[in-house]
Amino acid sequence: MIRSSPPAVELQHDIKGRSLWQDAVRRLARNRAAVASMIVLAVIALLAVFAPMLSPHPYDEIYWDRIQMPPDFANGHWFGTDSNGRDLFVRTLYGARVSLMVGVLATAVSLVIGVIYGAVAGFVGGRVDDIMMRLVDILYALPFMFFVILLMVMFGRNIFLIFVALGAVEWLTMARIVRGQTLSIKHRPFIEAAHACGVTRTGIIFRHIIPNVLGPVIVYVTLTVPQVIMTESFISFLGLGVQEPLTSWGVLIAEGARLMEAAPWLLVFPATLLALTLFAFNFIGDGLRDALDPKDR
Amino acid sequence: MSDILLAVRDLKVHFPVRSAGWRGAHCHLKALDGVSFDVRAGESLGVVGESGCGKSTLARALLQLIPPTAGQVLWLGEDIAGLGDRAMRPRRRGLQIVFQDPLASLDPRMTVGDIIGEPLRVFQPELKPDQIRHRVETLMGTVGLLPHMINRYPHEFSGGQCQRIGIARAIVLQPKLVVCDEPVSALDVSIQAQIINLLMALQRQMGLALIFISHDLSIVRHLSHRVMVLYLGRVMELGHRDGLYRNPLHPYTRALLSAVPIPDPDLERARQRVTLTGDLPSPLAPPTGCVFRTRCPMADRRCEEHTPLLEPAGPGRQVACHHWRRNADT
Repeated sequence: MIRSSPPAVELQHDIKGRSLWQDAVRRLARNRAAVASMIVLAVIALLAVFAPMLSPHPYDEIYWDRIQMPPDFANGHWFGTDSNGRDLFVRTLYGARVSLMVGVLATAVSLVIGVIYGAVAGFVGGRVDDIMMRLVDILYALPFMFFVILLMVMFGRNIFLIFVALGAVEWLTMARIVRGQTLSIKHRPFIEAAHACGVTRTGIIFRHIIPNVLGPVIVYVTLTVPQVIMTESFISFLGLGVQEPLTSWGVLIAEGARLMEAAPWLLVFPATLLALTLFAFNFIGDGLRDALDPKDR
Repeated sequence: MSDILLAVRDLKVHFPVRSAGWRGAHCHLKALDGVSFDVRAGESLGVVGESGCGKSTLARALLQLIPPTAGQVLWLGEDIAGLGDRAMRPRRRGLQIVFQDPLASLDPRMTVGDIIGEPLRVFQPELKPDQIRHRVETLMGTVGLLPHMINRYPHEFSGGQCQRIGIARAIVLQPKLVVCDEPVSALDVSIQAQIINLLMALQRQMGLALIFISHDLSIVRHLSHRVMVLYLGRVMELGHRDGLYRNPLHPYTRALLSAVPIPDPDLERARQRVTLTGDLPSPLAPPTGCVFRTRCPMADRRCEEHTPLLEPAGPGRQVACHHWRRNADT
């Protein structure tokens, strides 16, 4: 005779459930490329913040006697000096500050605007959706460079204008992605259930829709950051970006490309760092997509 | 008759449909076409019918999740048909729903505690988090879930447990009426019995009224006081459970009941079946006259020309058929 035995374990403590987010983090931690990329990014970010303090040279000091010198460890010019005799190591890391800041801040701006805009358009639907998305289409059609040049002419060169311009352009794609995701989940039964429980529309958007569309959004964010860094580099390359003596990777690469034959180190160091950063973000994005959507693999 | 909670009068839900092609002609899918019934406090009304007959639409239209096209839904005597979100919100407290798909009706990113506590946060914002937690834990015990699972997520539960969560969410505000939209059809049989017994126990304890939508006639018989038979968005027959099951008056009800298997091989072999031929007609182009006439063994000219109205046929009994008297004695 089989007797049902009492549960062997005393269940007194609450069992902590594993959320889908925690599952995703666990899967991400198993992805070597993604973890390595996060380490690389962390190192670059830390260097950008602290390394200029370690170097004996300020970023805008001109050494008249050391113009366009190759890398030399003896005098502390680890990456050499540029055509104006300034230390390239410090300037590259200052450029990293600007580029990473632009990347992160412009993406954050686009994230906030895009997610809310897209979720509202998708959830409300109907005519509101039509009008909101046509507005996005119109803004999409506006040439980006034209927009940037217009801003520069009107307000002068200012680093915050770059954030504004980049954020204003990047949120459009974000809004489209979020709207699409919202459309696909707004008829799921749990949204209907929230409605039946008396949750307001705003409550449904913020408590139910947004947490559930965040997966693809996070992936897109990690792909937007390198895109924004690239765009900033491009603007700076054209001479519309940050103002001297401040610098960014784009400015440094533009100068390096000009002097590529005479002083290759001017191109190699900033370009390598930029490429490393872009690779890292892309690998993280890839890893996140696999981690958040295990069915997709 | 002061104990009537919900009175539905001539409820219609039509969906506009555009046929294929560029600027296709508009037509209407009549998911519900003139449904009327009452629900009294504490009783359970079973709603049966084959798929596509408007059962789920009925559930949603009662809760104003789909705006009815016409007709009245009188909740505690006031018409709530077509009320906006804001006006509807305070009335949702007494009128809740349990959905068909247990897992899909729970937000995958929320813990069980958050899901069950959500109606409390909406309607009693003055409650502190630990008060909500306490209420949720008590309720989890009531519906047969272990309270220490409060921090778990829906995907960590089985279908039956998910449905218990769905039921807990529906009763947390102590509603007067819970609409159950096929709450057990996604579960396997042994779990079905547990959920049915849970619903019946809750009904006794809390004095709940239930509208129990199902295509499983045996379950409806087990659980309902009264039964309503729907076909193509119309009420075919409505009556007390025993009367309706023992002596079905509408030919459709007879066909439905004769299709229920009997768990005894000898009886099963011996019984007479009424087999329906053909399929459910398209609700886009329902037959003229009686909607059931295309499959009805008793149909004649009259059924083609005149739509039978729901007429009283004995105490508490209503039938929509011209020929119900011929079935009355057999």
